[in-house]
Amino acid sequence: MIHARDLARTFKTKAGSVEAVRGLSLDVAEGELVAFLGPNGAGKSTALRMLTTLLPPSSGSASVGGHDVVSDPAAVRRQIGYVGQGTGSGPYHRVRDELVSQGRAQRMSTMAARKRADEMLGMLELDGLADRPCASLSGGQKRRLDVALGLMHTPPILFLDEPSTGLDPHSRANLWDHIARLREASGMTIFLTTHYLDEADTMAERVMVIDHGVMIADDTPARLKADLAGDTIHIRLLCNDQLSHAAEIARNLPDAREATAQGRDLAVTLRDGEAVLPEFIRRLHQSGIEAMSARVVRPTLDDVFLGLTGRSLREAVSA
Amino acid sequence: MTFFSDTTISFRREIGPTLRSWYYILFGLVQPLLYLALFVPLLGNVPGPDGASPLQWFVPGMVVMLVLFTTVSCGWSLTEELMSGSFERLLATPMSRPAIMVGRALKELAPLLVQALILIIVATPFGLVLHPLPMLLGLAMLMLFGVGVASLSYALAIASKHDGSLFYLVSHSVALPMMLLGGVLLPMTNAPGWLYVASRFNPLTYLVEAERALFSGDLASLPVLSGVLVAALVAALGLTVGVSQIRKASL
Ligand SMILES: Nc1ncnc2c1ncn2[C@@H]1O[C@H](COP(=O)(O)OP(=O)(O)OP(=O)(O)O)[C@@H](O)[C@H]1O
Ligand SMILES: [Mg+2]
Repeated sequence: MIHARDLARTFKTKAGSVEAVRGLSLDVAEGELVAFLGPNGAGKSTALRMLTTLLPPSSGSASVGGHDVVSDPAAVRRQIGYVGQGTGSGPYHRVRDELVSQGRAQRMSTMAARKRADEMLGMLELDGLADRPCASLSGGQKRRLDVALGLMHTPPILFLDEPSTGLDPHSRANLWDHIARLREASGMTIFLTTHYLDEADTMAERVMVIDHGVMIADDTPARLKADLAGDTIHIRLLCNDQLSHAAEIARNLPDAREATAQGRDLAVTLRDGEAVLPEFIRRLHQSGIEAMSARVVRPTLDDVFLGLTGRSLREAVSA
Repeated sequence: MTFFSDTTISFRREIGPTLRSWYYILFGLVQPLLYLALFVPLLGNVPGPDGASPLQWFVPGMVVMLVLFTTVSCGWSLTEELMSGSFERLLATPMSRPAIMVGRALKELAPLLVQALILIIVATPFGLVLHPLPMLLGLAMLMLFGVGVASLSYALAIASKHDGSLFYLVSHSVALPMMLLGGVLLPMTNAPGWLYVASRFNPLTYLVEAERALFSGDLASLPVLSGVLVAALVAALGLTVGVSQIRKASL
């Protein structure tokens, strides 16, 4: 459904040129839900704007829905919905009017657009705001309207650039609920970007990690975490003089990557902590080492990013 | 066909807020009356063309001026939407790009059309002779011209990248000489030779001449033909430049 080969975009600014996206190649199959994850300035929006024909690439090629974004942008636009990172609604226009004109722009009949607009108002909990000028909406309400605008015509391919930024937890949950339901009903392909690690983790079937304009990982959240971060088993020993022996046993566990020891605490990183833990404790016991407590810590996508770049995404995001 | 329906969609979106602001409408209705009130007394002993009322000569010039000045600066209204992301939202839809621009331009032109009609009607008791068909044709020609100028103005707004002073500097340094050189307020026939020659290179000159011919009821004449041609050329040029700027709008 979405294919890109060596896609690149350089911006010329007065202070020099910025290589926003450098040689991006990706493939998204029909019906998939993939997420771009990366810190500020990673090139997520730039990549999305190239895929949605809004920005011509400096080099490389991309096709969306079977059409080339450069040679046949009109055909691409007929297949997609796009919710940009900015505010999609015009400040002086009324909420319902914007929804209806968006529907019309997406080739819906006036009747269908009006009906759908009312549906969207209910779905994104914007009822009561229909006749207000968009400028008077709160930040989160504006964002919900942006999403409503993008969903008006139920496109086969939907691009969402940080759809949930600025939404309260209830609205976020509501939004994902509706996107999941829409997807089930229509089988749409969804390509989104997000800063929320938990969101990428739970919602996306596939996460593409992007940093400095290049893709550094592309897999399911589960596999990314298993391969690039792994579980950590933390064990507290009864006596601290057995620590070095215990660390050696830990290093010999199947798939063990690294073991660190401090005081009476031992931490070992490996692929599948829960499955290995009983065996670990049994081996310790056989060597006469007793564990006081044990726990398995599952990795987050932040650990994946940390493992890949040496930087934490949390720091990068808040910085 | 999509071009026309997309133009309607774009026009309807843009005209909504205009129709809802009563002070805009009120001001728009009063404006032409104000022009006439400040202008007609000055015309007391100015002779009109061929013994006709001087209004026959001034009203078309005034209408041209109104269109030129409104459309030349209307591009700036796009800046807010360019920065916020709502223009981008429209560009990601299958809408025809020229239609997006034409719809926007017509939203600027529709109030002018109403104002021009008021001007004509109110000027009638003061001596303006009505030639309904040619006058309507004249207004249609101006709309065509206005679409072109507005599109150039949108292109300029995109190209000046949110720099308001640059936008106004360029748009006014084009519009003002064009207006003075176009013989909008004073006839160019009294100009020194070099100025007259310069005025022949000003597209507005042909438009003003055509407008005056039409307001005098002259339908089939050379000035009218040249004026319509110039208006069509400006429209074609404006839309071409505008569309290519939209494509380059990589802000
Ligand atoms: N129009 C532009 N002109 C110059 N530089 C730009 C432009 N747009 C983006 N950039 C630069 O390109 C890089 C990538 O920007 P982009 O907006 O794609 O990042 P992002 O991953 O979407 O970040 P965020 O999470 O903050 O939205 C940044 O360094 C940015 O400053
Ligand atoms: Mg972004």
